[in-house]
Parts: sequence; C-alpha cells; structure tokens
Amino acid sequence: MSTVTATASPSEPLVRRELTTARLPKWAPLGTSVLAITLGCGIGAGAGLGSHLQWGLISAVLFLILSYALAAKVEGRRQAKDRFATSVVWVAFILAVVPLASLTIYTIQQGIGVVNGNFLSHSMKNVISSGPGGGIYHALLGTLEQVGLATAMAAPIGLMTAVYLVEYGKGRLAKVVTFFVDVMTGIPSIVAGLFILSLWNILLGFDYSGFSGSLALAILMMPVVVRSTEEMLKLVPNELREASYALGVPKWKTILRIVIPTAIGGITTGVMLAVARITGETAPVMMLVFGADFINSDPFNGPQQSLPLYIWQQYALVNNDFGYARAWGAALVLIAFVMGLNLIARGIARWRSPKSGH
Amino acid sequence: MAKRIDVSGLSAYYGSTRAIEDISMTIEPRSVTAFIGPSGCGKSTFLRTLNRMHEVIPSARVEGKVMLDDENLYGSNIDPVAVRRAVGMVFQRPNPFPTMSIYDNVVAGLKLAGVKKKSVLDGVVEKSLKGANLWNEVKDRLNKPGAGLSGGQQQRLCIARAIAVEPQVLLMDEPCSALDPISTLAIEDLIGELKSQYTIVIVTHNMQQAARVSDRTAFFNLAGVGQPGKLVELDDTPRIFSNPSVQATEDYISGRFG
Repeated sequence: MSTVTATASPSEPLVRRELTTARLPKWAPLGTSVLAITLGCGIGAGAGLGSHLQWGLISAVLFLILSYALAAKVEGRRQAKDRFATSVVWVAFILAVVPLASLTIYTIQQGIGVVNGNFLSHSMKNVISSGPGGGIYHALLGTLEQVGLATAMAAPIGLMTAVYLVEYGKGRLAKVVTFFVDVMTGIPSIVAGLFILSLWNILLGFDYSGFSGSLALAILMMPVVVRSTEEMLKLVPNELREASYALGVPKWKTILRIVIPTAIGGITTGVMLAVARITGETAPVMMLVFGADFINSDPFNGPQQSLPLYIWQQYALVNNDFGYARAWGAALVLIAFVMGLNLIARGIARWRSPKSGH
Repeated sequence: MAKRIDVSGLSAYYGSTRAIEDISMTIEPRSVTAFIGPSGCGKSTFLRTLNRMHEVIPSARVEGKVMLDDENLYGSNIDPVAVRRAVGMVFQRPNPFPTMSIYDNVVAGLKLAGVKKKSVLDGVVEKSLKGANLWNEVKDRLNKPGAGLSGGQQQRLCIARAIAVEPQVLLMDEPCSALDPISTLAIEDLIGELKSQYTIVIVTHNMQQAARVSDRTAFFNLAGVGQPGKLVELDDTPRIFSNPSVQATEDYISGRFG
C-alpha cells in the first residue's frame, strides 16, 4: 500500500495539452469581410454619410473588430490575436493600394482622350493656349535630355562614391562622405535649384538651359544612387572577394569583374529608380530650364521645356479646359514613362541577377 | 613546380589581439600536411598567412617569415597578388562566382589575368575539371551557371578554379566540412591525386580525414580563452595518431580533451 495520499490527484498541467481546437472554416475571413462591408455600407447609407471613403473606413474598422471577436469566441485568444494581426495587414495593404490605384485610373480616364500621335509629336508653338491642339513633343524631348544628362553625370559619380565607401573607405574621410551623402539626400529640390541658379546662372553667368536644370537634377540624384549602390555592394558576400583574391586577382579587378557584376542588377534598379524620381521634379526645372513653347533640342542653349513644368504651366497659367486636358495628357505620359523605367529596371534586375541554374 | 614552405617565428594579429604566436614549421613539397586542433586555435588564421590572405581583413597584420623555397613572402618587395597566384586556396564553403558559368568559373583566374585565347582556355577547362574529378559530370553543361551544381560539385569546381592558375601550393580550409560523405570521399581521392604535383595544406576538424589523407599532421592548441594559438607538434601522421610526443596531442586525438 502506498503511504502517499495527500498528492494523489495530479496537479493541473501548466500548459494546455490537447492538440485539437475548434477552428473557423476556411471561408471565414472572406465571410467576415463581406459581412463587414455590407454592415459598413448599411451604416454609411443609414447615417447619410456622403463620402464613400467614410463607408470604407467604417467597413475596415468593423472588419478588424469582427475578425477578432469571432476568432476569440470560437478559437481562443491566441488565434484571435493572429487573425487580428493578419486583418490589420490586409486593411493596411488595401489602404495603401486604394489611393495609388485611383490616382492611376483617374489620370488614365482624364488623359487618354488627349494622348494621340499628334499630341506626342507636336509642340505648343503657334498654338493659341485658350484653344484645343498642341502637344508635348518639346516637353518630352526636354525631359529626356535633361534627365539623360543628369544621369550621365550623377550615375558614374554616385557609383564610384559607393565603391569607395564599401571597398576602400576607412576612417574619417569615409565617415565624412557618408555624412554628406545623408545630408544631400535630404536637400529639398528647390534648394538644389537655387544653388545652381546662384552658382551657375548668376555667379558664372550662364543662361537658362536644359543643362543648367540637369545640374540641379544630378545633385538630387547622386545621393540616391550612392545609397542604393552602397547597399547592393554590401550584399555581395565577402567570400567572393576572397575567392577572387586567392586566385591572384588584384583588388581593382576583383571589384570591376566580380563585385560589380554580381550586384549589377540591384545597382541598375537603384539608378533607374533615381531616374524615375528626378523625372518628376518641377521646382529646379522651373527656375533653371524656364520652359518654352517651341522645340529646343539643344540642352546647352536657351530655355527648354519639361513634362512636369508643362503640366504645371497648362494647369496654372493656361487655366482653361483645353489646358487642363493637355495637363492630364502630359501627366499620363509622365506616369507611363516612370512606370516604364521601373519595369525596365525590374527586367534588368531579373535578367542580370546571379543565376541558380534551376 | 611544388615548393617547400618554411615558416619561422610567425605571429598574426587582428588589431591588437594576437591570434597565433611564434609558429615555426616546415611544409614539405609534394605531400599533404594536415592542421588539426580545437576551434579558435588559429589553424585557419595560420593557413591564411601562407598566401597573404590574412591581411585582407581590416587591421589584420603578420610578423615573422614565410619562405617559399628561397623567397620570403613577407619581404618588402613582394607583391601579395603574385603570392596568391603561386599559393592557391580553397575555402570552407564552396564559393563559385554566381554570375559566371561553369566554364567561366574555372578560367576566372586566367581570364582576369588577361588570358584570352579560346583554344588555351578550352584546354585549361578540360584539364582542370578532369583534375578535380568533375569533368564527366559537367562536360555537357559547361555554359550553365556554376551555382546550379550540388554542394560537392561546387567545391570541386572551386578546386578546379584554384588549380587552373597552376599554383605551386594549394591551401584548403576545411574543404569538406559543408559536404556529405560521398562528396567528401571524392575530394579526399582528389587530394591524393593532386599531391603528386602540389604542396597541399589542409585544415580539418575531422581527425579520420587527417589520418586518411595527410602525410604529416600538425596539432595546434591554445592555452585558454583569449590566449593566442600555438603549434604543439608537427610529425608524420602515423606517429601523431599512434604515438604523439606531447600529452595534449594524445588527449585531443583520443577525445579526452577539455
């Protein structure tokens, strides 16, 4: 006979041991969202709220509450928190996509009617701005030239700065360079424009030109290129550098033939994104390129036009229905251009990225 | 073309930390010398001083002498790039160049040194891949990426890449530690074949491997945490494994260590 009687009943385990729990069906999130949207729209309509945005926000909040409450009731606290976090991520995703999608759709709706061969191939020369007609050829040409020149200046300098920082930079100089790159990242575009205006145009006495604008754009572009290239070069495993050194390859050749090719996909993407960023800059262009109604294909002499500046002029200065239509058309072309650059960047990144061979 | 390595009074530092202290040894040509010892005792550091790869790490430096036949690798007018061409290296983890095909990986050292003639490169690719026992497995897909091979094949590709530049010495830093037993066997066989032409130094944690492949074995140890690593003894492999002259060696080999 056992003498132990006091501890006969085993104590409760500290953690739950069952492996099965009640689960919500697979369609539960979908069902919850449908319910939340229906309720949200009902409340919105019932309360007479005019804006559909408000309806959507009410639905979103309801969706969060419902998915937590339902899961807490059926599945327990931990799963409820999990479902709540998942719902927050979904709602945040939709909130991020809605403005982006509506902006794109609205621009296409407004702009598609104007964009045609004539619009793309003609300038505003001898076009009465209060009437229809005219086009963006001069602006498109100007933007391409200014952005091209800016890239030709900023990309090599930025690339070489990044190579210096990652591969060679040690001690004080590297820290100073990093600091100034950080500072440059934060320069407002209007300040870059004013700087070039006072240095290039006033102090050195050059006239308004596309090149003057691309100098300011290059200043804005350089830190972005340095930063993204730096990150990409840091991602190249040190083992590859060592493997190359161990074959008796000098350092400069290792960087040129092993490190940069390994990172070239990411570097190209970074440069393309920087290009996309400066393509939409208006302020420095307004001060330095000045805007022109006619075609000026020489970026080094005289005022040029550019797409963002053209949009602003048609909208704010022309200020009638024909001007608005042309502004929307130019905006659509600008968005398409930037989006095209992004797609090209992605294509290059995929094409040049290291291959696994599978 | 294999050369003798004669090390005397060598210490290596990371910043102000001394990683290995006062190592002297002779490594015979056309033989395999294995380095064994506990982790952190400086085997890899010492290996990397033999082709001046140690100084690639920022703030790392070396004191002492490494004679390759009659040239001091740390002499004042020695070009480290030329040293690394003469003393090749295979690393712990296979590291083929990810942007290059199998073919380009093998001839990377030559191509980057400016050799362009296709007939020469073709010959080197076949010879090196055959030397690394990889030719039959990859001869039909030389233009496929090197990173698509299995781990063992990648490591043999790295060996092929290292022997393609025809070094006089081949250093191997735990070349099999990331590989399965079959790939390990393939590489051990390969080491046995390569030693007729090269001076081979191999770092390994696997004592059976040291016993299988090496002619001479060096045992490294450190007095304690934070202390620099030292060479305890270097002798013929059978003697190290059957009748070592230092007690610590016997303790380590028989697993009674620490």
